[in-house]
Amino acid sequence: MNRREFLEAIAVATAAGLPVGSVSAQGAAAGASFYDGAMKPFGNVGLLHFTDCHAQLLPIYFREPNVNLGIGAAAGKPPHLVGEHLLKHFGIAPGTRDAHAFTYLDFANAARAFGQVGGFAHLATLVARLKAARPGALLLDGGDTWQGSATALWTKGQDMVDAQKQLGVDVMTGHWEFTYGADRVKEIVEKDFAGRVDFVAQNVKTTDFGDPVFKPYVIRQVNGVPVAIVGQAFPYTPIANPRYFVPEWTFGIQEEEMQKVVDDARAKGAQVVVLLSHNGMDVDLKMASRVTGIDAILGGHTHDGVPQPTLVANRGGKTLVGNAGSNGKFLAVLDLDVKGGKVAGFRYRLLPVFSALLPADPAMSALIAKVRAPYAAKLGETLATTEGLLYRRGSFNGTSDQLILEALMAEKNAEIAFSPGFRWGTTLLPGQAIRMEHLMDQTAVTYPFATVNEFTGEMIKAILEDVADNLFHPDPYYQQGGDMVRVGGLKYTISPNAASGARISRMELAGKPIDAAKRYKVAGWAPVSEEARNTGGEPAWEVVARYLRAQKSIPPRTLNLPVIEGMAGNPGMSV
Amino acid sequence: MDMHRREVLKAGGGATLYTLLAAAGFLKPGDALAQAWNKGAFEAKTLDEVVKALGGAAPAQSKDIAFVQTPDIAENGAVVPIGVSSSVPKTESIAILVEKNPNALAAVFDLPAGTEPTVSTRVKMGQSSNIHALVRADGKFYVATKEVKVTLGGCGG
Repeated sequence: MNRREFLEAIAVATAAGLPVGSVSAQGAAAGASFYDGAMKPFGNVGLLHFTDCHAQLLPIYFREPNVNLGIGAAAGKPPHLVGEHLLKHFGIAPGTRDAHAFTYLDFANAARAFGQVGGFAHLATLVARLKAARPGALLLDGGDTWQGSATALWTKGQDMVDAQKQLGVDVMTGHWEFTYGADRVKEIVEKDFAGRVDFVAQNVKTTDFGDPVFKPYVIRQVNGVPVAIVGQAFPYTPIANPRYFVPEWTFGIQEEEMQKVVDDARAKGAQVVVLLSHNGMDVDLKMASRVTGIDAILGGHTHDGVPQPTLVANRGGKTLVGNAGSNGKFLAVLDLDVKGGKVAGFRYRLLPVFSALLPADPAMSALIAKVRAPYAAKLGETLATTEGLLYRRGSFNGTSDQLILEALMAEKNAEIAFSPGFRWGTTLLPGQAIRMEHLMDQTAVTYPFATVNEFTGEMIKAILEDVADNLFHPDPYYQQGGDMVRVGGLKYTISPNAASGARISRMELAGKPIDAAKRYKVAGWAPVSEEARNTGGEPAWEVVARYLRAQKSIPPRTLNLPVIEGMAGNPGMSV
Repeated sequence: MDMHRREVLKAGGGATLYTLLAAAGFLKPGDALAQAWNKGAFEAKTLDEVVKALGGAAPAQSKDIAFVQTPDIAENGAVVPIGVSSSVPKTESIAILVEKNPNALAAVFDLPAGTEPTVSTRVKMGQSSNIHALVRADGKFYVATKEVKVTLGGCGG
C-alpha cells in the first residue's frame, strides 16, 4: 500500500462514521466535578507523579501526536496508539475533556473550549488537594524539569529548582538536567536539595571505578509503610546529548544492577518498590518483563500520556508500567492498598491539569512572577503571528519544526536542513502571537549552535539510517526515545520494519535523486560533538527569531513528511 | 564516590602502581606474554576462522554464557566495556570477538582451574557490530552473541 492508498483508506474509515473529534456539550459542562473522583483515596499509600515538565512554569497548550508509531511487538499497544485508536482502547468518550487531553483530535477548537493546561501554580493546587486526603503521600518528579524554557536556561535551572521545592517534590531523577554539566547538577543536589529532595539514579556511575554518583534509591515512610523509590536516569544521556557535559559519568540501562538494587531495597524492609524511571515507556515495558520485585514503574522520557498503566508479567509477579506525559499537562495518582507487607491492590489515574479548573496557588504564582520579572521584556517580544497551529510532537515532523527548518534553510542559504527529533516544545493556536518565550520553548538548550555542513549523499543517508534505528530498532533497549530527525528540502521514503541500514530509500532533492558522492549544503542545530562546540555558531533561536521578525505573519506550514512504507493499519498513525 | 581510593592512586603515581603489581605477581615478564600470543587467532577475520585458529570446530550457542556490564549502545566507540561470565562447567578460556572489526578477535583469557570464569575488558569499535563471547570448556567450544550499537548520537528526546 502506498501513501495515496493509505490516505484513501483513512478517508473511507472517516466516512464510515469513526469520530474525528469535537467538543460535546456534555464534555464542556463536566468541568466543575472533573476532579471529584480522584479526590477520594483508595488503599493506604498515595504516590503522586509528574514528569518531563520541561520547565513550563505557566499554563500552555500541548498537542499530543497523530503519529506515534510502534513497530514489532510494540505495534498497536500503548503507548503507540493515537487519536480515535487511543480513545477506543481506553474507553474514553469523544468530545470530552479527557479526549482532548489524551489526543490531537480537533485540537485547536477543543483547546479553545477547554483552555490551557499545566502551570506550576495550578499544579500546586491539585497536588495540595490530593495530598490532603492521602497522609504522607510522596510527590515524585521523573526529570526533564530544569530544561525547556528561557528562564530555566538563563538561570541554569534555578527557577525550576526553587519551584520544585515550593511544590514539595520529594524524589526526582534526571536527563536534560545533566546538560547543565556535572558540577551544576552536584551543586543543586548537594546544596539546594539537601534535606529536601532526594535525587536518585542507580544507573549513573563514575567512568573510572564505577562508583555510584547518586543514591540508587531511598526508602520513605508513607502512612507507616516503608516505600522504596529507585531512580533510573535516561540511560543514553551521553549519547543523545553532548558527552562533554558529563565526561566522568557513565550511564546505560544497567539491568543486572537494577535487580540488585531492587533486591537490596526489599532486604532493607521496603514493602513497596517503585521505579521512578526516565527510560522511556518501551524500555520500561521490557525492563518490567525481566526485572522482578518492582511493584510499579512510574515512567517518562517518551512523553506518552497513557491513561491507564500496562500490567507486565515477569518471573516474580506483575509490574505496573505507566507514562505520565509532558509539559506539566498531567499529574499521575497511584493509590496502593498495602496489606501484610505487600501490595494487594491499586488504582491509577492520569489527571490532566486543566488550568481553568484549578485556582492558582498564590505562593507559587508569586515565585513564578519573581523569577520572570528580570526577563519580562525579552520574553514578551512578539516576533510574528501564526496563522496555523504550531506543534512539535510526532514520529516524523511537526509544524514548529517545519518552521525551524525553513528558517535555517533561508537564513543559512542551505538546500537541506536537519532539526533534532526533540519531543518537548509547546503548542500555539492559530492567531496566537509567537513571542520570544515561545521560540525558546522550542530551542532552549545549552548547545544551541546553528551549524552548516557539507555532507555527501552517502553521509546524509547514514545519518537518517542511524536516527531511524534509534527509533525503530525492534529491541527497545537499543532505542533512544527521541523522534525521527526532522528534514527540510530532502524527500525520502522510510520502511520502519526494514533492517538496520536498509530503512531509508528514494532520497531526492528538487526532483533529482541524491547522489552518494556529491556534497550538499546542510544546515542544522544542537550538535552533540565537542568539535562542534569548539567551532561554535549562532544560537538557533537567534536565527529563527530573525526569520520570524522579517515574516511578521506565518501562514500554515505544510509538513515535509517521508513516504512511510509498511505501516498501513498501524493504530499509531492517523492522518 | 570513593575519593579516598582515587586519591591514593593519584598520590601513588603510575610507576609505583606498576611496581606494586609486578611485585605482587600480576605482571609477567615480557617473554612469557609473547609465548601465549596466538598470532593466527588474532589475525583471523571471522568467528569460524578464530575458532579454527584456537583449535576447535563449529561452536554451539549457549545460554550458560552471559554478557555483564556490556552496553546495548556504546557511549564511546573507542572504549566499549565488554564483560563475559560463563557458567559452562570446566570453562578453560574465554575469548571476545567483535564481528565487524578488521581483526575480529579482541581478547583471549586463559583461566587456570579454580578461577571464577568472569572476565572484562574494553574494546574499540568503529561501527555497530555483533559481539561474540567464545568459551572453551572441557575442550569444546560454546558461543553467545550480543549486538552493541555505535551511533552518531544526538537527536534524543
